[in-house]
Amino acid sequence: MGRAEYLTGKLGGMVMGSCQTAGGVFLLLGDTFRSMFRYKIRWDQFMEQMYFIGIRSQVVVLTTGAFTGAVFAAQVWFQFKRFGMESAIGPTVSIAMCRELGPVLCCLLLAGRVGAAMAAELSSMKITEQVDALRALGVYPVEYLVVPRFLALVLSAPILTAMALVTGIGCGYFVAVKIFGVDGAYYWDNTVKFTDRKDVLIALIKALIFGVIIATIACHKGMNCPPGTAGVGKTTTEAVVNASITLLVVNFFLTVLLNALLYSN
Amino acid sequence: MLKLQGIEKRLGGQAVLRGVDLRVAPSERVVVIGRSGCGKSVMLRIIMGLLPPDAGEVVFEGTKLTGLSEEDWNPYRRKIGMLFQGAALFDSLSVFENLAFPLREAGEKNEKVLREKVAEALKIVSLSGTEQKMPAELSGGMKKRAALARAIIRKPELMLYDEPTTGLDPIVADSINRLILHLGEMLGMASIVVTHDMVSARMVGDRIAYLHEGKIYFEGTPEQVDRCEDPLVRDFVRGHAEGTGVTG
Repeated sequence: MGRAEYLTGKLGGMVMGSCQTAGGVFLLLGDTFRSMFRYKIRWDQFMEQMYFIGIRSQVVVLTTGAFTGAVFAAQVWFQFKRFGMESAIGPTVSIAMCRELGPVLCCLLLAGRVGAAMAAELSSMKITEQVDALRALGVYPVEYLVVPRFLALVLSAPILTAMALVTGIGCGYFVAVKIFGVDGAYYWDNTVKFTDRKDVLIALIKALIFGVIIATIACHKGMNCPPGTAGVGKTTTEAVVNASITLLVVNFFLTVLLNALLYSN
Repeated sequence: MLKLQGIEKRLGGQAVLRGVDLRVAPSERVVVIGRSGCGKSVMLRIIMGLLPPDAGEVVFEGTKLTGLSEEDWNPYRRKIGMLFQGAALFDSLSVFENLAFPLREAGEKNEKVLREKVAEALKIVSLSGTEQKMPAELSGGMKKRAALARAIIRKPELMLYDEPTTGLDPIVADSINRLILHLGEMLGMASIVVTHDMVSARMVGDRIAYLHEGKIYFEGTPEQVDRCEDPLVRDFVRGHAEGTGVTG
């Protein structure tokens, strides 16, 4: 077999594998929505996941939001002061945080922290036959394991993103006004004047969709873990990498789509 | 009560089961023996609906289960209990919560009733007082007994045991065997025990079926199996490697 044929075969295999995984993820997403309406929501499980995802992720998300806003304000100040545009720092930071930095960075962190934990926990349950035990006890695993995690993450992601936006914009203000001496009144007035409600809406819509992506990919990976402890590590890594890459790719299309929809007039 | 007809299953391109036929009568204890990797556990998983067969039928109490959707299987799964090889206790739940789980799923909400039923099931398996322990705090034998208590708490009509004594010392293995006998007699449930432990097979089996190359090769009472002169069965029963293709 020639090198070209070997590479073509390898590439074909990779494409087929990716298509199968994508198909599996979409089937799980459909099954999750169906299970939400077919079965009663397990509120105790949901609250447990909300605590783990929503409450326990706050420190890392708020820290990220704060320092992203701070460093972005500093960078913008370094550039804008050359043109005497310091009063534009506020809206620049605010719009960048809302439209891109807030939802993307917050959800990338959630993919790392929550997606990895979800994939690892479900994988461990899978390889120790706990998922089969659930089925043997007459419980549908998607309803019991996936739905509470999915709902908790989809609900938590926009809330955490909103918190990251507030801290990011707040820290941007602090850096620009208190450290670099930008006029606070101008800064805040311009921030409010040029930041539209639609910018915040974009952040929340993106975070919601990223939450769907992270939860579905992590749960799909966990529920399809290959046997053995090595499978858990591999699954966890793949869940984080796949969710992060998908999130970044989808972010581009969402940016184009949401701008077209919300700013078409 | 349970009938397997022509069950076939391929896994990873390899034919594991090639037409298994087996019948289990009410209250009967059938032991399925066979070499490692011969498909015994796969057969149990097919009976439980955890794996779909490629061909053949599983008929339970006159109802054909093969081809049912995951959710349509559930009412039948509640009549069948299964003890997994690794116990499969939910490690995030205490022993009490593990045992109460099937009862809660069946709609039982009264905590007093739950406590009583859990205590009763734990007493049967000699684990009284372990309600608040987590699975990680239990030994291998205790985990199996707790998992057994969880499997029988809803008093199933058929119990499936996947290698119940594997990895246990002879004393604990004996206690598990006695428990299987005791449960069968006390609750009148039928059982299928998958094992390659001949001590266990002779002790608990009303009938022993030898699974070889994906088919039931020999069936009989423990005495018939012991007297069988077929070299394959004889070598397995006596634990001889000669003629099996296994070399040291």
